[in-house]
Amino acid sequence: MLTPGSEAELAELLRGANAPISVRGGGTRHRPSPGEALTTSGLTGITLYEPGALTLVARAGTPAAEVEAVLAAEGQRLPFEPMDHRPLLGTEGTPTIGGAVAMNVSGPRRVQAGACRDSLIGVRFVDGRGEVLKNGGRVMKNVTGYDLVKLMAGSRGTLGVMTEVSFKVLPAASSEATIELSGLDTAAAVKAMSAALGSPFDVSGAAHDPQAGRTLIRVEGLEGSVAYRADRLADLLGRFGDTRRLAGDASRDPWRRIRDAEAVAGAGDIWRISTRPSAAAALAAQAEAEATLFDWGGGLIWLRVPSGTDLKARLGAFDGHATAVRGDGAVAPRTDPVAALEAGLRAKFDPRGLFRPATETA
Amino acid sequence: MEMPKVDPFTLAKKTDLIASLQDVLPDDAVIHDEAELRAYECDALTAYRCPPLAAVLPRSTEEVSAVLKTCHEMDIPVVPRGSGTSLAGGALPTADSVILGVARLTDVLEVDYDDRIIRVQTGRTNLSVTGEVEADGWFYAPDPSSQLACAIAGNIAMNSGGAHCLKYGVTTNNLLGVRMVLMDGTIVDLGGGYMDAEGLDLLGVVCGSEGMLGVVTEATLRILPKPEGARPVLMGFDSNEVAGACVADIIKAGVLPVAIEFMDRPIIRITEDFAGAGYPDCEALLIVEVEGSEAEIEEQLATIEEIARRHDPVELRRSNSAEESQRIWLGRKSAFGATGRVADYMCLDGTIPVSELPRVLTGISRLSEKYGLRVGNVFHAGDGNMHPLIMFDANKPGDLELCEEMGAEILKLCVEVGGCLTGEHGVGVEKRDLMDHQFTGPDMEAQMRVKDVFDPKWLLNPAKVFPLDVTADRRS
Repeated sequence: MLTPGSEAELAELLRGANAPISVRGGGTRHRPSPGEALTTSGLTGITLYEPGALTLVARAGTPAAEVEAVLAAEGQRLPFEPMDHRPLLGTEGTPTIGGAVAMNVSGPRRVQAGACRDSLIGVRFVDGRGEVLKNGGRVMKNVTGYDLVKLMAGSRGTLGVMTEVSFKVLPAASSEATIELSGLDTAAAVKAMSAALGSPFDVSGAAHDPQAGRTLIRVEGLEGSVAYRADRLADLLGRFGDTRRLAGDASRDPWRRIRDAEAVAGAGDIWRISTRPSAAAALAAQAEAEATLFDWGGGLIWLRVPSGTDLKARLGAFDGHATAVRGDGAVAPRTDPVAALEAGLRAKFDPRGLFRPATETA
Repeated sequence: MEMPKVDPFTLAKKTDLIASLQDVLPDDAVIHDEAELRAYECDALTAYRCPPLAAVLPRSTEEVSAVLKTCHEMDIPVVPRGSGTSLAGGALPTADSVILGVARLTDVLEVDYDDRIIRVQTGRTNLSVTGEVEADGWFYAPDPSSQLACAIAGNIAMNSGGAHCLKYGVTTNNLLGVRMVLMDGTIVDLGGGYMDAEGLDLLGVVCGSEGMLGVVTEATLRILPKPEGARPVLMGFDSNEVAGACVADIIKAGVLPVAIEFMDRPIIRITEDFAGAGYPDCEALLIVEVEGSEAEIEEQLATIEEIARRHDPVELRRSNSAEESQRIWLGRKSAFGATGRVADYMCLDGTIPVSELPRVLTGISRLSEKYGLRVGNVFHAGDGNMHPLIMFDANKPGDLELCEEMGAEILKLCVEVGGCLTGEHGVGVEKRDLMDHQFTGPDMEAQMRVKDVFDPKWLLNPAKVFPLDVTADRRS
């Protein structure tokens, strides 16, 4: 395992490389691409944290848990609630903050606070030419030049190896509550979640677990405000069925499990579908999955299907996309003009083809 | 400011070009009369003007594609234009270019409250997007101050912000998908009515690329349910440092206001003379706005006022009604107009780390003395997005140049303290030659490689963002 201890060492290593390299942080989220393994876990440390400016900068290999602990000590947090993939994928190791960025990992709070890419305000990385590059910085409003920060978020190590990432962070909520609805079918659950997300009550999570028959709606913030909004949501959602109020740990625990997609953990292929909530119920029915979880108000569907299932064939064309998180999914290479742009960018940033993508998106 | 040398061969092609454009567009969509072309000679950076070869106003994505294909084949540069409100010269033509305006692409294509999206053609104005959904209790969050006039196309090109982005983010955080035409005429769809990108985040790099990667004709935008209410509190302090410390303490306290606006003494006096909003005559003034139900507003304002009191405010005035809110916002909203009444001015928008606020304000007042030009500061303090207004006299020879020189020094100072040249207006032509203060050669090269992929011939808005000497080889 290649473990460069500094950005300069990494740059030198990549300049001299002549065979494919498989980039990872802690290797917990990863479907490894082909090549010799290289980890950023030697590049660690929080290099800047200014609570008053809501800004944190960390080296890419810093454990995500360390970042979250440092923020928590000041009553702040990463807005995008990054998932821990280990319970779902049965992987071992330490999830890194760079890994979360490389996969654009965004949890239930995506619906309110945005994705990882929305909180990311700066990157440093070494491209396939071995050149050290930076984009963005440490300020939260920045339109100077092209936004390569967004391009790097979710690029899965195919354009370069990230060495440092900067975030806009947010105050952590002092209070939260969850409204639970039981026994809804998927179509009704999505309607209930849309009603909640379309209300002025600033919902920060909307998920449906068909196995457990639970639909959950979360609000966070100051104590009085949370109590008020939970009341109003309970009124609003009453027409879908009986509601129950969860507070404290009873509110927190289910969201950690939703964040980590535990409901679909198990043997088989794991897929992630991003779509319009209004299409979610029909798509999930077509998938005939062994286990299903709806997050983001139905905009994100987690599925577990038997290994080797041709899910794309089952789903047909739809508004959105499906990604195999574990399993091959037997996907034909894309040939559309967008795929050509992506291939063009990879060729520019990695002309020698060091960072070949694992084929996983359909 | 320099613009690229005009290619005489291109000018000679004008007759052929007009004929070719008329082949693919209805007659009324091609403008080539010199008097009519004057309407397109500049945007809101009015100090610089240059009529284009021609202007086209297509009515569909297919017509946009036909125009680009034609210009691509003839090697004619194209400058896309939304409503022409860019303060950075993003839509400034060159004499050998065609202006492609999206003003006739104004349809609303879809509104879906279950999926919380609106899909529009991009010539539609920012405010009219909210207008389409407002009656049903929804809004589109990015609110640049030109929102009455500016087009979504321009918002996407510049990644526009606004006063409320501390809570809701800027354009890129509210844009879910685009239909876009590449310079060779290829139509592509990026993203859609769902919340993350497939493959590389091309949507993220297109947003803010200043019309240099493609012409966006349709956009899928995230809409939000309107909060139940909103109310500001106004606070005055006798030093910028204290006001800055108060901003940091509010942010640290865990309340996230939707807006924290800052005005300094020169701007307070200028707006007070004009608008009479009843602001205290003090060194620094903050307007902090929160949203929610009545009870929630009370809870948040109580927390904020408690923090403010610890900083000995000279004034602390909470709005208790819609009229009082309007009065508190009146001065802030008329700040630019009021400044325009007393002088010509240049508005910068460098962003700085919030903690550097006092140092930068001191630096700006030193520069003001050095150059003998007045400066007022009115800006979004929550996110460090400065708006120094440098006042000058456009009729006095040399004053504009002096003002530009001073502006450059202020922006360099923003970069020096860890910030950037522009937080929401864009680079355009205005800040193009300062790019090498923020980026190394390889950093700019990496950005230009993106354009190489989207527009290999460098025909789309080619003279923007990067210093001309840096792009010379690619443009030739």
